[in-house]
Amino acid sequence: MSPGWFWAVEGLRRAIGLGAFLALAAFILGPLVTLLLWAFAGSWLFPNLLPEFSLKWWAYVLANGDVTKAIRMSVESAPIATLLSALICVPAAYAFARLRFPGRRALLLSFLSANAFPKIGLYVSIATLFYRLNLMDTFAGVVLIQMVNTLLFMIWIPTGTFRGINTNLEEAARDAGAGPLRTFFQITLPIALPGLIVAVLFAFLAAFDEAQGTLIVGTPNHITMPVMMYTLVLSYPQPVGAVFSVLLSLPSLAFLLVAQRYLRAGYLAAGYSL
Amino acid sequence: MSSLSLRGLEKRFGAHAAVHDLSLEVQDGEFMCLLGPSGCGKTTTLRMIGGFETPDGGDIRIDGRAVTALPPERRPTAMVFQRYNLWPHMSVAGNVAFGLRVRRLPKAQIEAKVAEVLALVGLPDAAAKYPHQLSGGQQQRIAVARALVLEPKILLLDEPFSNLDARLRVRMREEVKQLQRAIGITTVFVTHDQEEALTIADRIAVMREGVLEQVDTPQRLYTHPRTTFVADFIGTMNLIPARVERRAGLVTAGPWRLPLPAVTWPDGAAGTLAVRPEDLAIEPAGTAAAAHVRRVINLGHYLQVLVDVRDAGTLRLFVGKEAPPPEGATIGIRVVRGLLFNDGEPVEVEGERPAVVTRGGANTSPATGR
Repeated sequence: MSPGWFWAVEGLRRAIGLGAFLALAAFILGPLVTLLLWAFAGSWLFPNLLPEFSLKWWAYVLANGDVTKAIRMSVESAPIATLLSALICVPAAYAFARLRFPGRRALLLSFLSANAFPKIGLYVSIATLFYRLNLMDTFAGVVLIQMVNTLLFMIWIPTGTFRGINTNLEEAARDAGAGPLRTFFQITLPIALPGLIVAVLFAFLAAFDEAQGTLIVGTPNHITMPVMMYTLVLSYPQPVGAVFSVLLSLPSLAFLLVAQRYLRAGYLAAGYSL
Repeated sequence: MSSLSLRGLEKRFGAHAAVHDLSLEVQDGEFMCLLGPSGCGKTTTLRMIGGFETPDGGDIRIDGRAVTALPPERRPTAMVFQRYNLWPHMSVAGNVAFGLRVRRLPKAQIEAKVAEVLALVGLPDAAAKYPHQLSGGQQQRIAVARALVLEPKILLLDEPFSNLDARLRVRMREEVKQLQRAIGITTVFVTHDQEEALTIADRIAVMREGVLEQVDTPQRLYTHPRTTFVADFIGTMNLIPARVERRAGLVTAGPWRLPLPAVTWPDGAAGTLAVRPEDLAIEPAGTAAAAHVRRVINLGHYLQVLVDVRDAGTLRLFVGKEAPPPEGATIGIRVVRGLLFNDGEPVEVEGERPAVVTRGGANTSPATGR
């Protein structure tokens, strides 16, 4: 049998594989590329394949007082919501992972409930509560509504992470003379760190992207970037929305780059070889 | 050094009694094995000594001082677990030094102690490595080093080698035994492997369903088991249902009729005759109880023979390689000695002496009478 036949089929396989890869890449990256093109487009008229490069829309967006105010609001509220959520949820997740108490499963499932129903109904009822508590149109109200979205990630991911850490590792620390607190901070927490970073990442993105609840609770004076997006898309030229989208994805990008350093370390799994 | 004393220890998990009324004295410098099948409460007992489980009753004393109410970090014990011993985010030196840093020792002293104990376990160059760079055996060695560096009064080992392959396991237990002898530390070692217990321990505490069955030296456990469970669990044992026939002065067990030892058991009392495989002898067919050779298993330097005997079931015996009986053959089997179990202490039963084969082929055995 001639090898040419084999190579032809092999070549065909490769071509199909490459085609599939390119199609997938186009599917995922296509919208992002279009977004980038629009964001840096001056004018984009019919015969031109590419638009002329321009930063004028960036200048336009960044000169808008409402926009900068929304950026500041987002950059301040999302990290605070994430941090508070972590402070509350990580100890709770540890309790879920380690302690056996009545109603543990039901309680753990209840953190899914915020995501189990149409959010808008939840937000409306929260809004009526916030009216009574004078939290409407306040920074605290915005942070609280963002935290609602982070709960799921900050409870479930750390609970799974803590559960994956063998209790022997903690007992060995107690055995060596460390008290419960020292054991948690010097043994459990460092080992759980990769999982906790993932949780913080997801929680931050959930808080940062939150639009519906913030729209109801924060208007008119406490507008975040995603809420601003509605206005920009509806009432400004197309490149403005594109510029703003790029701005909106910058924190996620930065966070991913930072997190990947920790996630690649991989000592979590490595410790379990025996 | 130090002694350990357990008195009336109780532990229940729900309605299930994991450990019941367990009392045990471990002498200064002794190597004590807790041995039993899985679920017998041996690990629970060890965890109570280490402070990881709170007993529901009873008392734990180290050098006469009650430690029952103390958390693990305040007990003079150090534990090596079956697995997941080392903290993956710390280097070997960090792992070993952790307890010393908790005790706020000066840095120079910590470094000296870490180097010393790493040399002791044979890994002097491992300090800068991380746990994932070590093999399973090396990880367990570091775990032993981390336990020893704190100079505990009692060393606790919870099946530390059961996740290692067979050869390494044998080597590691020899090393641990030597180490234990050299520093003379009082040690409690948990295992389900009777061979491991027999080779490593000064004394063995055999446990079954939360209860201590027998505490003895390996030699005594083998020759003088006090219960049929211990007899069966330690080494290989043939258990044959037996019956006392007082008037005839005999014990009948399967096809055998053996002289009745001096016991007060009533006529017709049922018991069990326990016979080691090496206490069964092969005789020419027709001169002793008939046995059908079912299987001959070559175990290297000796053979294990499985035979079917009427009223006694399948028995095992060990024979040399010189003249193995062929599978399917019928041979004679003689009981050389055995232990007769009824209630309480077993008694030794003298077996039959070799049959005297007369010229005509008829045999007379002095033990069974004429």
